[in-house]
Amino acid sequence: MTDTGTQLQPSRPKKKRLTRRQKRRLSRGVQYVVFVAAVAAFAATADWGRLRNQFAQGSIARQMFPDVITLALKNTVLYTLSGFVVGLVLGMVIALMRLSSVGPYRWLATVYIEIFRGLPALLIFIFVGVAVPLAFPGTEIVGGTYGKVALALGLVSAAYMAETIRAGIQAVPKGQMEAARSLGFSPAKAMVSIIVPQAFRIILPPLTNELVLLFKDSSLVLFLGVTLEERELSKFGRDLASTTANSTPILVAGLCYLLVTIPLSYVVRRMESKSQEAIR
Amino acid sequence: MSRPEIQVSDLHKSFGDNQVLKGIDLEIGQGEVVCVIGPSGSGKSTLLRCVNLLEEPTKGQVFVGGTEITDPDVDIDAVRRRIGMVFQQFNLFPHLSVTENLTLPQRRVLGRDKAEAARIAAENLARVGLSEKADAYPSSLSGGQQQRVAIARALAMGPEVMLFDEPTSALDPELVGDVLAVMRRLAQEGMTMMVVTHEMTFAREVADRVVFMDGGVIVEDGNPAQVIGDPQHERTRHFLSRLLDPAMAEVEEGTSDRVGKDRS
Repeated sequence: MTDTGTQLQPSRPKKKRLTRRQKRRLSRGVQYVVFVAAVAAFAATADWGRLRNQFAQGSIARQMFPDVITLALKNTVLYTLSGFVVGLVLGMVIALMRLSSVGPYRWLATVYIEIFRGLPALLIFIFVGVAVPLAFPGTEIVGGTYGKVALALGLVSAAYMAETIRAGIQAVPKGQMEAARSLGFSPAKAMVSIIVPQAFRIILPPLTNELVLLFKDSSLVLFLGVTLEERELSKFGRDLASTTANSTPILVAGLCYLLVTIPLSYVVRRMESKSQEAIR
Repeated sequence: MSRPEIQVSDLHKSFGDNQVLKGIDLEIGQGEVVCVIGPSGSGKSTLLRCVNLLEEPTKGQVFVGGTEITDPDVDIDAVRRRIGMVFQQFNLFPHLSVTENLTLPQRRVLGRDKAEAARIAAENLARVGLSEKADAYPSSLSGGQQQRVAIARALAMGPEVMLFDEPTSALDPELVGDVLAVMRRLAQEGMTMMVVTHEMTFAREVADRVVFMDGGVIVEDGNPAQVIGDPQHERTRHFLSRLLDPAMAEVEEGTSDRVGKDRS
Protein backbone atom coordinates (compact mmCIF):
# COMPACT_ATOMS: atom_id res chain seq x y z
CA MET A 1 0.00 0.00 0.00
CA THR A 2 2.95 2.26 -0.23
CA ASP A 3 1.87 3.24 -3.72
CA THR A 4 -1.41 4.79 -2.67
CA GLY A 5 0.09 8.21 -2.49
CA THR A 6 1.32 8.23 -6.07
CA GLN A 7 -1.92 6.73 -7.35
CA LEU A 8 -3.86 9.56 -5.85
CA GLN A 9 -1.48 12.05 -7.39
CA PRO A 10 -0.89 10.80 -10.91
CA SER A 11 0.75 14.05 -11.93
CA ARG A 12 3.80 13.32 -9.81
CA PRO A 13 6.26 11.39 -12.00
CA LYS A 14 7.32 7.95 -10.81
CA LYS A 15 11.00 7.51 -10.65
CA LYS A 16 12.59 6.05 -13.77
CA ARG A 17 9.64 7.11 -15.92
CA LEU A 18 10.70 8.57 -19.29
CA THR A 19 10.13 12.26 -19.71
CA ARG A 20 8.07 13.44 -22.66
CA ARG A 21 11.14 14.49 -24.57
CA GLN A 22 12.82 11.14 -24.01
CA LYS A 23 9.71 9.30 -25.20
CA ARG A 24 9.58 11.38 -28.34
CA ARG A 25 13.24 10.75 -29.02
CA LEU A 26 12.83 7.01 -28.48
CA SER A 27 9.80 6.78 -30.77
CA ARG A 28 11.57 8.63 -33.55
CA GLY A 29 14.67 6.51 -33.11
CA VAL A 30 12.65 3.32 -33.49
CA GLN A 31 11.04 4.61 -36.67
CA TYR A 32 14.40 5.42 -38.21
CA VAL A 33 15.80 2.01 -37.29
CA VAL A 34 12.86 0.20 -38.89
CA PHE A 35 13.19 2.32 -42.03
CA VAL A 36 16.93 1.77 -42.42
CA ALA A 37 16.50 -1.96 -41.79
CA ALA A 38 13.80 -2.24 -44.46
CA VAL A 39 15.89 -0.38 -47.04
CA ALA A 40 18.95 -2.48 -46.23
CA ALA A 41 16.99 -5.72 -46.47
CA PHE A 42 15.59 -4.69 -49.86
CA ALA A 43 19.00 -3.65 -51.19
CA ALA A 44 20.58 -6.90 -50.05
CA THR A 45 17.93 -9.25 -51.40
CA ALA A 46 17.12 -7.52 -54.71
CA ASP A 47 18.74 -8.89 -57.81
CA TRP A 48 20.11 -5.58 -59.11
CA GLY A 49 21.52 -6.86 -62.34
CA ARG A 50 18.27 -8.49 -63.29
CA LEU A 51 16.26 -5.42 -62.33
CA ARG A 52 18.46 -3.16 -64.40
CA ASN A 53 18.19 -5.55 -67.29
CA GLN A 54 14.41 -5.74 -67.05
CA PHE A 55 13.53 -2.12 -66.34
CA ALA A 56 16.36 0.09 -67.51
CA GLN A 57 17.74 -1.09 -70.80
CA GLY A 58 19.10 1.99 -72.49
CA SER A 59 18.91 0.59 -76.00
CA ILE A 60 15.24 -0.37 -75.71
CA ALA A 61 14.39 2.94 -74.09
CA ARG A 62 16.17 4.81 -76.89
CA GLN A 63 14.36 2.76 -79.48
CA MET A 64 11.03 4.08 -78.11
CA PHE A 65 11.86 7.64 -79.03
CA PRO A 66 10.56 9.75 -80.63
CA ASP A 67 7.34 7.71 -81.10
CA VAL A 68 6.56 7.51 -77.42
CA ILE A 69 6.26 11.29 -77.38
CA THR A 70 5.09 12.20 -80.89
CA LEU A 71 2.57 9.39 -81.11
CA ALA A 72 1.73 7.84 -77.77
CA LEU A 73 1.87 10.86 -75.49
CA LYS A 74 0.23 12.99 -78.15
CA ASN A 75 -2.68 10.55 -78.42
CA THR A 76 -3.01 10.30 -74.64
CA VAL A 77 -3.25 14.08 -74.42
CA LEU A 78 -5.69 14.19 -77.32
CA TYR A 79 -7.96 11.52 -75.79
CA THR A 80 -7.85 13.25 -72.42
CA LEU A 81 -8.65 16.71 -73.73
CA SER A 82 -11.49 15.56 -75.97
CA GLY A 83 -12.98 13.55 -73.09
CA PHE A 84 -12.56 16.54 -70.78
CA VAL A 85 -14.35 18.89 -73.17
CA VAL A 86 -17.26 16.47 -73.65
CA GLY A 87 -17.41 15.88 -69.90
CA LEU A 88 -17.29 19.58 -69.10
CA VAL A 89 -20.12 20.49 -71.47
CA LEU A 90 -22.25 17.53 -70.43
CA GLY A 91 -21.38 18.08 -66.76
CA MET A 92 -22.41 21.74 -67.00
CA VAL A 93 -25.77 20.76 -68.47
CA ILE A 94 -26.33 18.09 -65.82
CA ALA A 95 -25.30 20.46 -63.02
CA LEU A 96 -27.81 23.05 -64.21
CA MET A 97 -30.47 20.33 -64.52
CA ARG A 98 -29.64 19.25 -61.00
CA LEU A 99 -30.30 22.81 -59.78
CA SER A 100 -33.41 23.27 -61.92
CA SER A 101 -36.75 24.09 -60.38
CA VAL A 102 -38.34 21.54 -62.74
CA GLY A 103 -38.56 18.22 -60.90
CA PRO A 104 -38.03 15.77 -63.79
CA TYR A 105 -34.78 17.54 -64.77
CA ARG A 106 -33.48 17.18 -61.22
CA TRP A 107 -34.43 13.49 -61.09
CA LEU A 108 -32.87 12.75 -64.47
CA ALA A 109 -29.64 14.49 -63.46
CA THR A 110 -29.53 12.63 -60.15
CA VAL A 111 -30.10 9.29 -61.85
CA TYR A 112 -27.35 10.01 -64.37
CA ILE A 113 -24.89 11.02 -61.69
CA GLU A 114 -25.64 8.00 -59.51
CA ILE A 115 -25.33 5.57 -62.43
CA PHE A 116 -22.15 6.89 -63.95
CA ARG A 117 -20.38 7.47 -60.66
CA GLY A 118 -21.24 3.93 -59.63
CA LEU A 119 -19.96 2.13 -62.73
CA PRO A 120 -16.30 1.32 -63.42
CA ALA A 121 -14.87 3.42 -66.22
CA LEU A 122 -13.77 0.21 -67.92
CA LEU A 123 -17.38 -0.94 -68.22
CA ILE A 124 -18.31 2.34 -69.92
CA PHE A 125 -15.48 1.85 -72.38
CA ILE A 126 -16.66 -1.66 -73.17
CA PHE A 127 -20.20 -0.35 -73.45
CA VAL A 128 -19.23 2.33 -75.96
CA GLY A 129 -16.77 0.13 -77.83
CA VAL A 130 -18.68 -3.15 -77.95
CA ALA A 131 -22.25 -2.92 -76.72
CA VAL A 132 -23.33 0.09 -78.75
CA PRO A 133 -22.08 -1.23 -82.13
CA LEU A 134 -23.64 -4.65 -81.35
CA ALA A 135 -26.96 -3.22 -80.25
CA PHE A 136 -27.29 -0.72 -83.06
CA PRO A 137 -25.56 -2.19 -86.09
CA GLY A 138 -24.77 0.41 -88.68
CA THR A 139 -24.47 3.27 -86.23
CA GLU A 140 -21.12 4.93 -86.41
CA ILE A 141 -19.79 7.07 -83.59
CA VAL A 142 -18.42 10.21 -85.16
CA GLY A 143 -14.66 10.48 -85.15
CA GLY A 144 -13.86 6.78 -85.01
CA THR A 145 -11.72 5.78 -82.04
CA TYR A 146 -11.23 9.41 -81.04
CA GLY A 147 -14.99 9.91 -80.96
CA LYS A 148 -15.51 6.74 -78.93
CA VAL A 149 -12.88 7.70 -76.38
CA ALA A 150 -14.21 11.24 -76.11
CA LEU A 151 -17.69 9.83 -75.54
CA ALA A 152 -16.65 7.19 -73.01
CA LEU A 153 -14.39 9.51 -71.01
CA GLY A 154 -16.96 12.28 -71.33
CA LEU A 155 -19.79 10.11 -70.00
CA VAL A 156 -17.73 9.07 -66.99
CA SER A 157 -16.28 12.46 -66.12
CA ALA A 158 -19.54 14.35 -66.70
CA ALA A 159 -21.03 12.71 -63.62
CA TYR A 160 -18.15 13.84 -61.41
CA MET A 161 -17.87 17.25 -63.00
CA ALA A 162 -21.61 17.84 -62.65
CA GLU A 163 -21.32 17.39 -58.90
CA THR A 164 -18.24 19.62 -58.78
CA ILE A 165 -19.89 22.36 -60.83
CA ARG A 166 -23.06 22.17 -58.75
CA ALA A 167 -21.04 22.55 -55.56
CA GLY A 168 -19.21 25.50 -57.11
CA ILE A 169 -22.42 27.24 -58.11
CA GLN A 170 -23.85 26.72 -54.65
CA ALA A 171 -20.66 28.08 -53.08
CA VAL A 172 -21.21 31.48 -54.70
CA PRO A 173 -22.83 33.66 -52.00
CA LYS A 174 -26.59 34.12 -52.30
CA GLY A 175 -26.13 37.90 -52.36
CA GLN A 176 -24.52 37.67 -55.80
CA MET A 177 -27.69 36.30 -57.37
CA GLU A 178 -29.79 38.83 -55.44
CA ALA A 179 -27.59 41.70 -56.62
CA ALA A 180 -27.76 40.52 -60.21
CA ARG A 181 -31.54 40.07 -60.09
CA SER A 182 -31.94 43.51 -58.50
CA LEU A 183 -30.08 45.02 -61.44
CA GLY A 184 -32.59 43.45 -63.80
CA PHE A 185 -30.68 40.33 -64.89
CA SER A 186 -32.95 37.41 -65.79
CA PRO A 187 -32.13 34.22 -63.88
CA ALA A 188 -30.41 32.75 -66.95
CA LYS A 189 -28.34 35.87 -67.67
CA ALA A 190 -27.35 36.17 -64.02
CA MET A 191 -26.24 32.54 -64.05
CA VAL A 192 -24.12 32.98 -67.18
CA SER A 193 -22.58 36.40 -66.49
CA ILE A 194 -22.27 36.45 -62.71
CA ILE A 195 -22.61 33.08 -61.01
CA VAL A 196 -20.89 30.59 -63.33
CA PRO A 197 -17.70 32.67 -63.80
CA GLN A 198 -17.31 32.84 -60.03
CA ALA A 199 -18.19 29.17 -59.62
CA PHE A 200 -15.43 28.22 -62.07
CA ARG A 201 -12.84 30.09 -60.05
CA ILE A 202 -13.87 28.09 -57.03
CA ILE A 203 -13.80 24.73 -58.80
CA LEU A 204 -10.67 25.19 -60.91
CA PRO A 205 -8.58 22.99 -58.56
CA PRO A 206 -11.05 20.04 -58.47
CA LEU A 207 -11.57 20.34 -62.23
CA THR A 208 -7.83 20.11 -62.79
CA ASN A 209 -7.78 17.06 -60.54
CA GLU A 210 -10.46 15.59 -62.77
CA LEU A 211 -8.19 16.26 -65.74
CA VAL A 212 -5.43 14.27 -64.03
CA LEU A 213 -7.84 11.39 -63.40
CA LEU A 214 -8.97 11.45 -67.04
CA PHE A 215 -5.37 11.48 -68.18
CA LYS A 216 -4.88 8.19 -66.40
CA ASP A 217 -8.26 6.75 -67.42
CA SER A 218 -7.44 7.38 -71.08
CA SER A 219 -5.31 4.21 -70.82
CA LEU A 220 -8.57 2.25 -70.97
CA VAL A 221 -8.54 2.86 -74.71
CA LEU A 222 -6.56 -0.37 -74.64
CA PHE A 223 -9.86 -2.21 -74.51
CA LEU A 224 -11.39 -0.56 -77.55
CA GLY A 225 -8.96 -2.07 -80.01
CA VAL A 226 -6.96 0.65 -81.72
CA THR A 227 -4.84 0.91 -84.81
CA LEU A 228 -1.10 1.49 -84.62
CA GLU A 229 -1.59 5.18 -85.24
CA GLU A 230 -4.13 5.46 -82.46
CA ARG A 231 -2.06 3.92 -79.68
CA GLU A 232 -1.58 5.89 -76.50
CA LEU A 233 1.02 5.50 -73.75
CA SER A 234 -0.22 2.34 -72.02
CA LYS A 235 -0.93 0.40 -75.18
CA PHE A 236 2.29 1.61 -76.76
CA GLY A 237 4.29 0.53 -73.71
CA ARG A 238 2.58 -2.82 -73.44
CA ASP A 239 3.00 -3.64 -77.13
CA LEU A 240 6.67 -2.85 -77.03
CA ALA A 241 7.12 -4.73 -73.78
CA SER A 242 5.73 -7.90 -75.35
CA THR A 243 7.74 -7.59 -78.57
CA THR A 244 11.00 -6.95 -76.72
CA ALA A 245 10.15 -9.25 -73.78
CA ASN A 246 11.42 -6.50 -71.53
CA SER A 247 9.78 -4.19 -68.99
CA THR A 248 11.68 -1.04 -69.91
CA PRO A 249 8.88 0.30 -72.17
CA ILE A 250 6.42 0.09 -69.24
CA LEU A 251 8.77 2.16 -67.13
CA VAL A 252 9.24 4.76 -69.87
CA ALA A 253 5.48 4.96 -70.47
CA GLY A 254 4.97 5.41 -66.74
CA LEU A 255 7.50 8.22 -66.63
CA CYS A 256 5.67 9.92 -69.49
CA TYR A 257 2.45 9.91 -67.44
CA LEU A 258 4.26 11.38 -64.47
CA LEU A 259 5.77 14.03 -66.73
CA VAL A 260 2.27 15.46 -67.08
CA THR A 261 0.49 14.49 -63.85
CA ILE A 262 3.10 15.72 -61.38
CA PRO A 263 3.29 19.30 -62.78
CA LEU A 264 -0.53 19.37 -63.00
CA SER A 265 -0.86 18.27 -59.38
CA TYR A 266 1.63 20.95 -58.43
CA VAL A 267 -0.46 23.55 -60.25
CA VAL A 268 -3.55 22.35 -58.38
CA ARG A 269 -1.79 22.72 -55.03
CA ARG A 270 -0.66 26.21 -55.98
CA MET A 271 -4.19 27.18 -56.96
CA GLU A 272 -5.60 25.73 -53.75
CA SER A 273 -3.23 27.64 -51.51
CA LYS A 274 -3.87 30.80 -53.53
CA SER A 275 -7.64 30.48 -53.22
CA GLN A 276 -7.18 29.91 -49.50
CA GLU A 277 -5.49 33.30 -49.33
CA ALA A 278 -8.14 34.92 -51.52
CA ILE A 279 -11.04 33.97 -49.25
CA ARG A 280 -12.41 37.25 -48.09
CA MET B 1 -49.86 65.24 -54.78
CA SER B 2 -49.06 63.22 -57.88
CA ARG B 3 -49.32 59.46 -57.80
CA PRO B 4 -47.01 57.85 -55.27
CA GLU B 5 -43.75 56.39 -56.61
CA ILE B 6 -43.99 53.47 -54.21
CA GLN B 7 -47.29 52.25 -52.89
CA VAL B 8 -47.66 49.30 -50.55
CA SER B 9 -51.08 48.14 -49.49
CA ASP B 10 -52.05 45.50 -46.96
CA LEU B 11 -48.73 43.69 -47.37
CA HIS B 12 -48.29 40.41 -45.50
CA LYS B 13 -45.25 38.16 -45.53
CA SER B 14 -44.68 34.92 -43.67
CA PHE B 15 -41.69 32.60 -43.58
CA GLY B 16 -43.37 29.32 -42.72
CA ASP B 17 -45.23 29.96 -39.47
CA ASN B 18 -43.26 33.10 -38.77
CA GLN B 19 -45.40 36.08 -39.68
CA VAL B 20 -42.91 38.85 -40.43
CA LEU B 21 -45.16 41.49 -42.01
CA LYS B 22 -48.70 41.84 -40.73
CA GLY B 23 -50.44 44.26 -43.03
CA ILE B 24 -48.26 47.18 -44.13
CA ASP B 25 -49.69 50.25 -45.83
CA LEU B 26 -47.17 52.79 -47.05
CA GLU B 27 -46.91 55.44 -49.74
CA ILE B 28 -43.76 57.17 -50.86
CA GLY B 29 -44.11 60.16 -53.16
CA GLN B 30 -41.78 61.15 -55.99
CA GLY B 31 -38.54 62.59 -54.67
CA GLU B 32 -39.40 61.67 -51.12
CA VAL B 33 -36.79 60.19 -48.79
CA VAL B 34 -38.24 57.78 -46.27
CA CYS B 35 -36.18 56.15 -43.54
CA VAL B 36 -37.51 52.95 -42.04
CA ILE B 37 -36.29 52.32 -38.51
CA GLY B 38 -37.07 49.67 -35.94
CA PRO B 39 -35.58 46.89 -33.85
CA SER B 40 -34.05 43.86 -35.56
CA GLY B 41 -36.70 41.36 -36.50
CA SER B 42 -39.31 44.09 -36.91
CA GLY B 43 -39.66 43.24 -40.60
CA LYS B 44 -38.14 46.41 -42.04
CA SER B 45 -35.62 44.64 -44.29
CA THR B 46 -38.31 42.21 -45.42
CA LEU B 47 -40.55 45.14 -46.32
CA LEU B 48 -37.77 46.68 -48.39
CA ARG B 49 -37.05 43.37 -50.13
CA CYS B 50 -40.74 43.01 -50.96
CA VAL B 51 -40.63 46.35 -52.80
CA ASN B 52 -38.37 44.84 -55.49
CA LEU B 53 -39.76 41.36 -55.05
CA LEU B 54 -36.59 39.76 -53.71
CA GLU B 55 -39.13 38.38 -51.26
CA GLU B 56 -42.46 37.29 -52.64
CA PRO B 57 -45.25 38.80 -50.50
CA THR B 58 -47.74 36.34 -49.06
CA LYS B 59 -50.59 38.77 -49.54
CA GLY B 60 -51.11 42.36 -50.58
CA GLN B 61 -49.99 44.64 -53.38
CA VAL B 62 -46.89 46.67 -54.18
CA PHE B 63 -46.85 49.36 -56.87
CA VAL B 64 -43.68 51.00 -58.11
CA GLY B 65 -44.03 53.90 -60.55
CA GLY B 66 -47.63 52.89 -61.18
CA THR B 67 -46.80 49.28 -62.11
CA GLU B 68 -48.15 46.57 -59.86
CA ILE B 69 -45.07 44.42 -59.29
CA THR B 70 -47.03 41.82 -57.33
CA ASP B 71 -49.02 41.04 -60.50
CA PRO B 72 -47.83 37.54 -61.49
CA ASP B 73 -47.78 38.55 -65.17
CA VAL B 74 -45.56 41.59 -64.76
CA ASP B 75 -42.05 41.47 -66.30
CA ILE B 76 -40.17 41.66 -63.02
CA ASP B 77 -36.77 42.07 -64.71
CA ALA B 78 -38.05 45.16 -66.53
CA VAL B 79 -39.46 46.62 -63.30
CA ARG B 80 -36.28 45.95 -61.36
CA ARG B 81 -34.29 48.02 -63.86
CA ARG B 82 -36.18 51.02 -62.53
CA ILE B 83 -35.43 50.13 -58.90
CA GLY B 84 -31.89 50.46 -57.58
CA MET B 85 -31.01 48.28 -54.62
CA VAL B 86 -28.10 48.68 -52.21
CA PHE B 87 -27.32 45.83 -49.82
CA GLN B 88 -25.82 45.70 -46.37
CA GLN B 89 -23.08 43.39 -47.66
CA PHE B 90 -22.45 45.47 -50.85
CA ASN B 91 -22.61 42.37 -53.08
CA LEU B 92 -20.20 43.69 -55.67
CA PHE B 93 -19.17 41.13 -58.26
CA PRO B 94 -15.71 40.11 -57.01
CA HIS B 95 -14.54 38.69 -60.34
CA LEU B 96 -15.03 42.02 -62.12
CA SER B 97 -13.17 45.32 -61.79
CA VAL B 98 -14.99 48.36 -60.45
CA THR B 99 -15.68 49.66 -63.95
CA GLU B 100 -16.83 46.24 -65.14
CA ASN B 101 -19.16 46.03 -62.15
CA LEU B 102 -20.85 49.12 -63.56
CA THR B 103 -20.66 48.36 -67.27
CA LEU B 104 -21.60 44.67 -67.39
CA PRO B 105 -25.18 45.16 -66.08
CA GLN B 106 -25.72 48.10 -68.42
CA ARG B 107 -24.59 46.09 -71.41
CA ARG B 108 -26.24 42.78 -70.57
CA VAL B 109 -29.49 44.17 -69.18
CA LEU B 110 -30.01 47.50 -70.97
CA GLY B 111 -28.14 46.58 -74.16
CA ARG B 112 -26.01 49.73 -74.10
CA ASP B 113 -22.92 49.64 -76.28
CA LYS B 114 -19.46 49.48 -74.79
CA ALA B 115 -18.59 53.17 -75.18
CA GLU B 116 -21.85 54.44 -73.74
CA ALA B 117 -21.71 52.02 -70.81
CA ALA B 118 -18.15 53.12 -70.06
CA ARG B 119 -19.12 56.79 -70.21
CA ILE B 120 -22.07 56.31 -67.84
CA ALA B 121 -19.91 54.19 -65.53
CA ALA B 122 -17.28 56.95 -65.35
CA GLU B 123 -19.96 59.57 -64.64
CA ASN B 124 -21.40 57.59 -61.77
CA LEU B 125 -18.03 56.71 -60.29
CA ALA B 126 -17.28 60.43 -60.27
CA ARG B 127 -20.63 60.99 -58.58
CA VAL B 128 -19.59 58.79 -55.64
CA GLY B 129 -16.05 60.18 -55.66
CA LEU B 130 -14.24 57.03 -56.73
CA SER B 131 -13.00 57.79 -60.23
CA GLU B 132 -9.47 56.84 -59.26
CA LYS B 133 -10.60 53.31 -58.32
CA ALA B 134 -12.03 52.54 -61.76
CA ASP B 135 -9.59 49.72 -62.48
CA ALA B 136 -9.36 48.30 -58.95
CA TYR B 137 -11.00 45.05 -57.90
CA PRO B 138 -13.59 45.07 -55.10
CA SER B 139 -11.40 43.05 -52.73
CA SER B 140 -8.80 45.85 -52.69
CA LEU B 141 -11.37 48.46 -51.59
CA SER B 142 -12.46 49.38 -48.09
CA GLY B 143 -16.04 48.59 -47.07
CA GLY B 144 -17.05 52.21 -47.49
CA GLN B 145 -15.57 52.36 -50.98
CA GLN B 146 -17.24 49.09 -51.92
CA GLN B 147 -20.59 50.42 -50.79
CA ARG B 148 -20.13 53.62 -52.81
CA VAL B 149 -19.29 51.51 -55.88
CA ALA B 150 -22.44 49.48 -55.20
CA ILE B 151 -24.45 52.72 -55.14
CA ALA B 152 -22.80 53.84 -58.39
CA ARG B 153 -23.58 50.47 -59.96
CA ALA B 154 -27.26 50.86 -59.09
CA LEU B 155 -27.30 54.48 -60.33
CA ALA B 156 -25.71 53.53 -63.66
CA MET B 157 -28.91 51.68 -64.53
CA GLY B 158 -30.82 54.97 -64.29
CA PRO B 159 -33.31 53.94 -61.60
CA GLU B 160 -36.34 56.00 -60.61
CA VAL B 161 -36.26 54.68 -57.06
CA MET B 162 -33.40 53.64 -54.79
CA LEU B 163 -33.76 51.12 -51.97
CA PHE B 164 -31.10 50.90 -49.26
CA ASP B 165 -30.99 47.89 -46.94
CA GLU B 166 -28.94 48.97 -43.90
CA PRO B 167 -26.22 50.37 -46.20
CA THR B 168 -23.87 51.36 -43.38
CA SER B 169 -24.43 48.52 -40.91
CA ALA B 170 -21.48 46.43 -42.14
CA LEU B 171 -19.04 49.35 -42.15
CA ASP B 172 -16.40 50.40 -39.68
CA PRO B 173 -17.68 53.53 -37.91
CA GLU B 174 -15.15 55.86 -39.51
CA LEU B 175 -16.24 54.81 -43.03
CA VAL B 176 -19.96 55.45 -42.51
CA GLY B 177 -19.70 59.17 -43.22
CA ASP B 178 -18.57 58.83 -46.86
CA VAL B 179 -21.46 56.56 -47.72
CA LEU B 180 -23.99 58.79 -45.99
CA ALA B 181 -22.57 61.81 -47.81
CA VAL B 182 -23.22 60.12 -51.15
CA MET B 183 -26.75 59.27 -50.06
CA ARG B 184 -27.39 62.81 -48.83
CA ARG B 185 -26.30 64.20 -52.20
CA LEU B 186 -28.59 61.74 -53.94
CA ALA B 187 -31.50 62.87 -51.78
CA GLN B 188 -30.77 66.51 -52.59
CA GLU B 189 -30.80 65.67 -56.29
CA GLY B 190 -34.39 64.54 -55.90
CA MET B 191 -34.07 60.75 -55.94
CA THR B 192 -36.94 58.80 -54.41
CA MET B 193 -35.32 56.80 -51.62
CA MET B 194 -36.43 54.18 -49.14
CA VAL B 195 -33.73 53.60 -46.55
CA VAL B 196 -33.69 50.95 -43.85
CA THR B 197 -31.18 52.29 -41.37
CA HIS B 198 -30.02 52.70 -37.80
CA GLU B 199 -28.38 56.05 -38.55
CA MET B 200 -30.63 58.40 -36.60
CA THR B 201 -28.65 61.50 -37.48
CA PHE B 202 -29.06 60.73 -41.17
CA ALA B 203 -32.76 60.03 -40.70
CA ARG B 204 -33.28 63.27 -38.80
CA GLU B 205 -31.38 65.46 -41.25
CA VAL B 206 -32.06 63.93 -44.64
CA ALA B 207 -35.36 62.06 -44.46
CA ASP B 208 -38.66 63.69 -45.34
CA ARG B 209 -40.41 61.02 -43.31
CA VAL B 210 -39.45 58.43 -40.75
CA VAL B 211 -41.37 55.19 -40.39
CA PHE B 212 -40.99 53.19 -37.18
CA MET B 213 -41.75 49.48 -37.46
CA ASP B 214 -42.07 46.91 -34.74
CA GLY B 215 -43.43 43.37 -34.77
CA GLY B 216 -44.36 43.46 -38.46
CA VAL B 217 -46.51 46.59 -38.37
CA ILE B 218 -45.90 50.31 -38.84
CA VAL B 219 -46.18 51.85 -35.40
CA GLU B 220 -45.44 55.43 -36.24
CA ASP B 221 -45.07 57.38 -39.47
CA GLY B 222 -44.35 61.08 -39.67
CA ASN B 223 -41.75 63.77 -40.15
CA PRO B 224 -38.38 63.06 -38.52
CA ALA B 225 -38.61 65.80 -35.93
CA GLN B 226 -41.82 64.28 -34.67
CA VAL B 227 -41.00 60.55 -34.82
CA ILE B 228 -37.46 60.85 -33.51
CA GLY B 229 -37.80 64.04 -31.46
CA ASP B 230 -41.21 63.54 -29.96
CA PRO B 231 -42.39 59.94 -30.44
CA GLN B 232 -46.02 59.34 -29.63
CA HIS B 233 -45.83 55.62 -28.93
CA GLU B 234 -44.22 53.91 -26.01
CA ARG B 235 -42.58 51.31 -28.29
CA THR B 236 -40.95 54.04 -30.38
CA ARG B 237 -39.72 55.85 -27.29
CA HIS B 238 -38.32 52.64 -25.87
CA PHE B 239 -36.51 51.75 -29.10
CA LEU B 240 -35.05 55.22 -29.54
CA SER B 241 -33.83 55.46 -25.98
CA ARG B 242 -31.99 52.18 -26.33
CA LEU B 243 -30.56 53.19 -29.71
CA LEU B 244 -29.46 56.69 -28.78
CA ASP B 245 -27.99 55.71 -25.45
CA PRO B 246 -27.23 51.97 -25.44
CA ALA B 247 -25.07 52.22 -22.35
CA MET B 248 -28.05 53.30 -20.29
CA ALA B 249 -30.21 50.28 -21.13
CA GLU B 250 -31.28 48.10 -18.24
CA VAL B 251 -31.30 44.32 -18.32
CA GLU B 252 -34.87 43.40 -19.03
CA GLU B 253 -36.68 40.23 -19.83
CA GLY B 254 -38.19 39.17 -23.10
CA THR B 255 -38.39 42.47 -24.91
CA SER B 256 -35.82 43.54 -27.43
CA ASP B 257 -34.88 40.13 -28.81
CA ARG B 258 -38.29 38.63 -28.54
CA VAL B 259 -38.75 38.27 -32.30
CA GLY B 260 -35.13 37.29 -32.57
CA LYS B 261 -35.04 36.86 -36.33
CA ASP B 262 -33.14 39.49 -38.25
CA ARG B 263 -33.62 38.97 -41.93
CA SER B 264 -30.83 41.24 -43.08
